[in-house]
Amino acid sequence: MVETREQRAALLGLAVLAILPWAADAIGQGFVITLASRVLINALAAVSLDLILGFGGLVSFGHAAFFGIGGYVVGILAFHAGEGEALFGLVPGTDQALIALPAAVAVASLAALAIGALSLRTSGVHFIMITLAFAQMVYFLFVSLKTYGGDDGLIMSRRDGFPGIDLRDNTVFYYLCLAALAAFLALCDRLVGSRFGMVIRGCRENERRMAALGYATYGYKLTAFAIAGAGAGLAGALLANHDKFASPDMLHWTKSGELMVMVILGGMGTLYGAVLGAFLLIGLESLLAAFTDHWMFVLGPVLILVILFADRGLWGALAGASRDG
Amino acid sequence: MNLLLEQLLNGLQFGVMLFLLAAGLTLVFGIMGLINLAHGSLYMIGAYAAAYVGVRTGSFLLAILAGLAAAAATGVAVEMIVLRRLYRRDHLHQVLATFGLILFFNEGMSILFGRQPLFANVPATLAGALTLPGGLRYPVYRLVIMATGAGVAGFLYLLIQHTRIGMLVRAGATHRDMVRALGVNVPLLYTAVFGLGALLAGLAGSMAGPLLSVQIGMGEQILILTFVVIVIGGIGSVRGAVIGALLVGLVDTMVRAFLPGLLRGIMSNASADSVGGGFSSISVYLLMAIVLLWRPRGLFPAHG
Amino acid sequence: MFRLAVTASAVALMALPAMAADPVKIGMVTTLSGPGGYIGEDARDGFKLAIQEEGGNLGGAPVQVLVEDDGLKPGNGKQSAERFLTNDKVKIMTGIIFSNVAEAVVPDVLEAGAFYLSLNAAPSNFSGKGCNKNYFVVSWQNDTLHEAVGANANRLGFKRMFAMAPNYQAGKDAIAGFKRVFKGEVVGEIYNSLDQTDFAAELAQIRAAKPDALYQFEPGGLGITFLKQFAQAGLKDTIPMAVAFPSVDQRILGAVGDAALGLHVSYHWNTDFDNPASKAFVADFEKTYSRVPTTYASQGYDTARLLASALKAVGGDVGKTDAFRAALRKADFVSVRGAFKFGQNQHPIEDWYAGDVVKGADGKPMVKTVAKILTDHVDAYAKDCHL
Repeated sequence: MVETREQRAALLGLAVLAILPWAADAIGQGFVITLASRVLINALAAVSLDLILGFGGLVSFGHAAFFGIGGYVVGILAFHAGEGEALFGLVPGTDQALIALPAAVAVASLAALAIGALSLRTSGVHFIMITLAFAQMVYFLFVSLKTYGGDDGLIMSRRDGFPGIDLRDNTVFYYLCLAALAAFLALCDRLVGSRFGMVIRGCRENERRMAALGYATYGYKLTAFAIAGAGAGLAGALLANHDKFASPDMLHWTKSGELMVMVILGGMGTLYGAVLGAFLLIGLESLLAAFTDHWMFVLGPVLILVILFADRGLWGALAGASRDG
Repeated sequence: MNLLLEQLLNGLQFGVMLFLLAAGLTLVFGIMGLINLAHGSLYMIGAYAAAYVGVRTGSFLLAILAGLAAAAATGVAVEMIVLRRLYRRDHLHQVLATFGLILFFNEGMSILFGRQPLFANVPATLAGALTLPGGLRYPVYRLVIMATGAGVAGFLYLLIQHTRIGMLVRAGATHRDMVRALGVNVPLLYTAVFGLGALLAGLAGSMAGPLLSVQIGMGEQILILTFVVIVIGGIGSVRGAVIGALLVGLVDTMVRAFLPGLLRGIMSNASADSVGGGFSSISVYLLMAIVLLWRPRGLFPAHG
Repeated sequence: MFRLAVTASAVALMALPAMAADPVKIGMVTTLSGPGGYIGEDARDGFKLAIQEEGGNLGGAPVQVLVEDDGLKPGNGKQSAERFLTNDKVKIMTGIIFSNVAEAVVPDVLEAGAFYLSLNAAPSNFSGKGCNKNYFVVSWQNDTLHEAVGANANRLGFKRMFAMAPNYQAGKDAIAGFKRVFKGEVVGEIYNSLDQTDFAAELAQIRAAKPDALYQFEPGGLGITFLKQFAQAGLKDTIPMAVAFPSVDQRILGAVGDAALGLHVSYHWNTDFDNPASKAFVADFEKTYSRVPTTYASQGYDTARLLASALKAVGGDVGKTDAFRAALRKADFVSVRGAFKFGQNQHPIEDWYAGDVVKGADGKPMVKTVAKILTDHVDAYAKDCHL
């Protein structure tokens, strides 16, 4: 019963999102579409974090690294396409989404594989610290690369091309983001319901028992980590295209913190909660910012209250218990 | 030669600053098992209070006292209202709740003082430079900071090794549950430890303010490095905090000072400086990653 | 701290008495927070002063200035500009202080077909081949600010100098401009980071190089911390400094006090200028805002006055883009610097002066003009711009 109620809520949400651009144009608030695209992109990154955080119990404080790497892959490929010079003399640039987006996903997952391989050797607070350390290393690496903008970020002259559709149209881009989010959610949904997902959740509950049962827990966790990295990378690639801009802010540890906040606000371990959390956080920010500069003064205590008292987050309240019952 | 000496002193001074912050953070982490991201905010609050009072009254002593008082008071209040409920929770919830505190304090400071930095001045008596043996002229104020840090380290050593409170602190760091079982007034102990950590953070902020500048977010910049220090040094260990802080301070400063020069041979000046700057930042995290993979509990772990 | 768009949307509705015309909307993206925040505030206040002097109009047309803070982050500036251009449909934008934000935002503005009037940042990429018919600079082309310092250093007879600037486009333009004119030897060159607070390492290198003098470009809060630490390190009495005005503007002077005495500054405008427009501006600014205007405020003011002259020529109708552009090019207004004219790349051709920081009559440090160092100086990129 729980599953059905949750899935009904999700389908309802999807329907609302599908007609959003039409509704926004109808009331003359076209700017909402770009804001909504940004929310969907952040939702995608938050969902990928929920996969390892909520289900795997892996508190990664460096998730923004994969988000930013995805963005920079797109930006760097576009840069080299514009310059006409190949990257390292080998890899030609591209301004085609069909190449750039998968490339971003691939690089981000490889980075996740590498970072995960080392980080997963630790646990507890040391895991948190080492993921943070690696993310900071990636951040400072990109800050130091002046060719790609360094601290100021990398500007793209236009969005990537896509055969048959024009991504420069904000509404078209919105639907691309929605499609990406829906696809990744469907993938994760399948994943956590499968045996793979059971093992991951088992690792969070009691890793020693899982190992005793014969599961290679390290391998499972690493795979989940890489998939999460892929999702974040896709989100970053979409954001770079959206803004025509990739910046080190995408890699900063406060971005990792933001993503964690989205997961918590929406409800850890629910997947759809992360989407809700993204809407909540960015929506709240836009709304409050119109009233006062100091909206974070309110957000801070709200976050603390949620942590202290409302552990299941908003999705938990709306759509029922988390998947662990 | 003087250049090398000056950069070494700079590294030590930075290390001392980090130690003042790390000492409190490592004790809180070791004894209460609490990750507190808002420790940097206590540093910031101390800096703001000290700068505000310093500019209004012109007295450096009053400024320092104001900074200490503000940081300690805020620390105790935060501990009693928010952090007490987090001791039993897992690290993720502690991270996120204290992250919320950061937002609250940053924005609170901007409401009180505006979004632009406060500039306080080093007191006139300490504003000059001292000529050291060898001819190097080094700012007196930075030497004072180093002396203060050494003094604090000595005081903490005496406190922890030779007093009853210190004994409880050591016991709490290694065998938290046993201390509770032995009937010690644990909540009071925790509040006292947290207050001490806050005091030290406030001291660091008060002293840093006149030297650097007092601005929103100054806490976060140094907070991450502070975590690196305590992870390298060993969670719960003040001795580890000393060694870790000096190590991080020296590595960061020396690489930042000399790497760009080495890179200029192979790239343009601006690129050398930016790559050098980037890599010097990376070097500290690299150091931490290596230490974690080699000695997962840090160099001087407190827990048995 | 969140890196989300910190939108300080202070929608400054400049009153319009007449209901007839819709006000001309002007989008201002500027730096209002952080160590460089007072610079944006001054530029904004100078701009608004001109509007206030005309009772809410510029050139007879009612105007509405929308202000947002970029927080020195190009990403934030981009988002604010996007909002202004798509949501508010502004046709005129201005305000950017820092070149890194300008490089991210200006192309978006020009691509949308709007006009950009720079009241401060003017990086070299937009001054030569990258120039654009809708892009006007009222302040100075980035390099010229520092070419003037080079000329001043020559005048003062310095032969071996050490150069230091932040590592972003304006910093690189700075050192490039300085080297272009300075005839001596640059014995050392450092690029520090834009958010640096501790200069101990750099000061050690400067000391070790033993130059005749130091040239530094550290604007805003960077300048305050640098000058204080320079004095604390005992270097003030041994190494003179030749700088451009951003390194020692009126606010920095107030904050560092005696640590700035003896500095050699070059600028295109100073509070002690003698012409009637300048004296009236300084008096009016002090009366309205109870503080001395910085050069940035004068640039904001001049930009508004330029805009006023163009709006007057088109009767407040920015839709007449060709006429508006021609009116802007004509620059038919009285600047606080004296005469004002644009070069072929729509950047100013202007005079540069040198001053020294001395103790004023009230005992506080001030900049006193001592010489004119460059006359009708054209920037190095103008010849590459063909509009």
